[in-house]
Parts: sequence; C-alpha cells; structure tokens
Amino acid sequence: MAHEHDDDHSELSEVACRVRAIETILTEKGYVDTAALDAIIETYETKIGPRNGARVVARAWTDVAFRQRLLADATEAVTEFGFEGRKSSHLVALENTPTQHNLVVCTLCSCYPHTLLGLPPVWYKSPPYRSRAVIDPRSVMSEFGLTLPATTNIRVWDSTAELRYIVIPLRPEGTEGWSEVELATLVTRDSMIGVGLPLTPIPGGFDT
Amino acid sequence: MNGGQDLGGMMGFGPISPESNEPVFHSRWEGRAFALNTAAGILGLFNLDMTRYSRESLPPAEYLSKSYYDIWISGLVRLLLDKHIISMAELSSAKSIDPSRANVAPLDADRVADAFGKRSDYTRSASTPARYAVGDVVRTKVMNPVTHTRLPRYARGKMGIIEAVIGCHVFPDSNAHGKGEDPNWCYTVVFDGKELWGEDSDPSLTVSINAWEPYLEHPGGGGRC
Repeated sequence: MAHEHDDDHSELSEVACRVRAIETILTEKGYVDTAALDAIIETYETKIGPRNGARVVARAWTDVAFRQRLLADATEAVTEFGFEGRKSSHLVALENTPTQHNLVVCTLCSCYPHTLLGLPPVWYKSPPYRSRAVIDPRSVMSEFGLTLPATTNIRVWDSTAELRYIVIPLRPEGTEGWSEVELATLVTRDSMIGVGLPLTPIPGGFDT
Repeated sequence: MNGGQDLGGMMGFGPISPESNEPVFHSRWEGRAFALNTAAGILGLFNLDMTRYSRESLPPAEYLSKSYYDIWISGLVRLLLDKHIISMAELSSAKSIDPSRANVAPLDADRVADAFGKRSDYTRSASTPARYAVGDVVRTKVMNPVTHTRLPRYARGKMGIIEAVIGCHVFPDSNAHGKGEDPNWCYTVVFDGKELWGEDSDPSLTVSINAWEPYLEHPGGGGRC
C-alpha cells in the first residue's frame, strides 16, 4: 500500500505486473492502442486539475450573473470555460454561506468532479474519509485544520448518483478589487471539497 | 450489496492523512490502471455500474486493504474474465493466446479526444411522472440486495425530505447487472443527523444522498401511491 515499487525497475510489484499483462493482452487483441492510454494519462496529468475549479469559483465571486447561472445549472454554466477532459455529466455547485458549510464525500466509491478538480487525492478515496465524513464531519475538517463555529450548519453531500458536486466557498475578506485571476490563486482544492477554506490574502494585496 | 465499499459510518480507520503535493499518480502502473479502466469505458466493454459492482464484489478484507487503483484493476480483471474478453491462461502468461480479437477498431488517441469532448448523460425520458415532489417527507426502504445498489446502509429505513427532483436517470441497480437501464426518477433526499445517527449526533448536521424512486416509500408505510 504505502510503498510501491518503482515498476520501471526489474522487480515489479505483483499489481504492476498484472496491469502490464492486461495492457499487453488488450493491445495484442486490438482493443486499445498504447497511444490512447498515453493520451488519457497525459490529459489527467497536465490538462485538468483543481485550477479549473478555482477559475470557476473566482468567476462566481466576481460575476453575479455567472454565479446565478452556476447555481441554477452548473453543467451548462461551466461550458464557457472550454475545459478538457472527460465531462462531468451532471454538475452541481454548492454555495457556502455564513450559516451553512458544505462538505462532499462519496461513501460508496470515489465520485468527484473530474472536469473541475482532476482526479481525487488518495485520502478522498480511502476508508478514513469515506467512513467518517457522513457521521462526524467536524472531526474530519479539524484534521485539515478547519474548525467552524458550533452554530454553523454542516451539510454533507454523499455523491451516490451521477451528480458531481463542487463547493463554492465564501470569498475571503480583504479581497475587494481583486481580479478573477488573482482570486483564483486563493482557491484551494480542499476548499472546493469542503474540508478547507480559501487561502487568506497576504496583507498589502496580491503579490506574485 | 453490503460489501466493503459501503463505508459510511464505519469506525476505526484512523486519521485521514492528506499528502502534501500529491502527484496525480504515485507510480507508472497507477496511471496505466486508470487509463485501462477509462479505455474500457470508452470502448463500451461494460458500463459504469458494472465496474462499480465488480469492485465492490471483492471480499471486504481485500477491498479494505488494497490501494484504490489496485481495487480498480482487480475489478477490471474480473469483468474482462467474466465477459470472456481475456482468459485466465492469458492473464497468467501475460500475452494474448486466444485468437479471438476485438471486432471494433482499436481505441486510438483521436477517439479518446472525441470521447473526452462529449458529456456522458445519464438522464432518460420518463414514462411516468415523478411520484414525489420537493418538500415531501419520505422513508428510505429497508433493503439488503446481494446485487448492486446506491442506497448506502446508513441511509436505509430513514425518514428524509425531498429537497430536489434531479430527473429521470439510469437505474444502477438494474444497469449493473445487464438488465437494462430501467430509468427511474432520482431525488436529493436530505436527512437530519439525529435520524441517521441517533441522539448523540452533531445537532448542526444534515446529510443528503441521491436516491432513486424504488429506494423510497411514503413514511406511513402501507401501499399508498
């Protein structure tokens, strides 16, 4: 589990051997080209990731009309970004408010908004998170350094159908006048899952 | 099925341990395992619900001890064997022996790009109106199918409220077993934390699932419809 062998060395782990065997057999039988597998991997390694979601959140913070479109029909609203990668079938944007904080989990597998956040991190797919998020979300959040007031309502969304959820966190204070591009730098992956908040702006403004 | 995948509410797994600067794939085989699963989906060798059922059919001790892409590749192997796309002899010799080949053009990079450009849509036209409306109180059924379901154990036999009518969607419980898409209305059902977990539950907690109509009944029981 924790220590995988580097499967480019001669001593392959059992699972690496099995994966290689399946690739060889399916290629020899004419199901798939190696280049197709390379293209899938390259898309997820280089073209999609949480920066897509961060752009969506930043636009929702700065453009009221877009925010309304996003909350009404996120699947349609995000098409204007032209993101690559396999499309999320039905996307739903969840708006955090001063009184409600949203947290997303998939207890049964690993449903996740790939188009906007890329592939989920290992912890999102693992038993500790999937088991505890629905019964004790505050302890989950505290492990990510997030403690919310006891009066904040916590809403957990267990993604059991082909709906993919993205949290729209509250815009950080002290970002008045920031551009969409600047704001996107504050939006973390964890804040779009609900286990974190956006980064706090550096006093004195945006600095790169 | 009540398998190792149905984790909501289980205890004792320890801390979550997020990894900083986590790579997309931790080793080459993870990327290949992911890509092979994705390719099988694009080729239509089996549907998404079949892949989920295959993974959750692993014995719980295996499911809980394998890394996630190991679960994926185990599920893929099981399906490829079940559908006679590969044989055990081929798997153990790591090469194609059986002369049977794909009767489709191989998946190439162009078709991957095409597939990624399309949105997979699980909505279907409805043959009956939705039985429930926003605001209705419903009870999830007590059910323990040995087959695939998306109603987690922690949310069975619980009172909740219809928060949204999502639409008429492919029904996983049927689609996973090659019994057709059997489209059914799907709803967002929200539960109070205390309803799910009892009096000790966090009073600020609500949890929602997406539930298909066959998972739901009117709270009074009886056969009203």
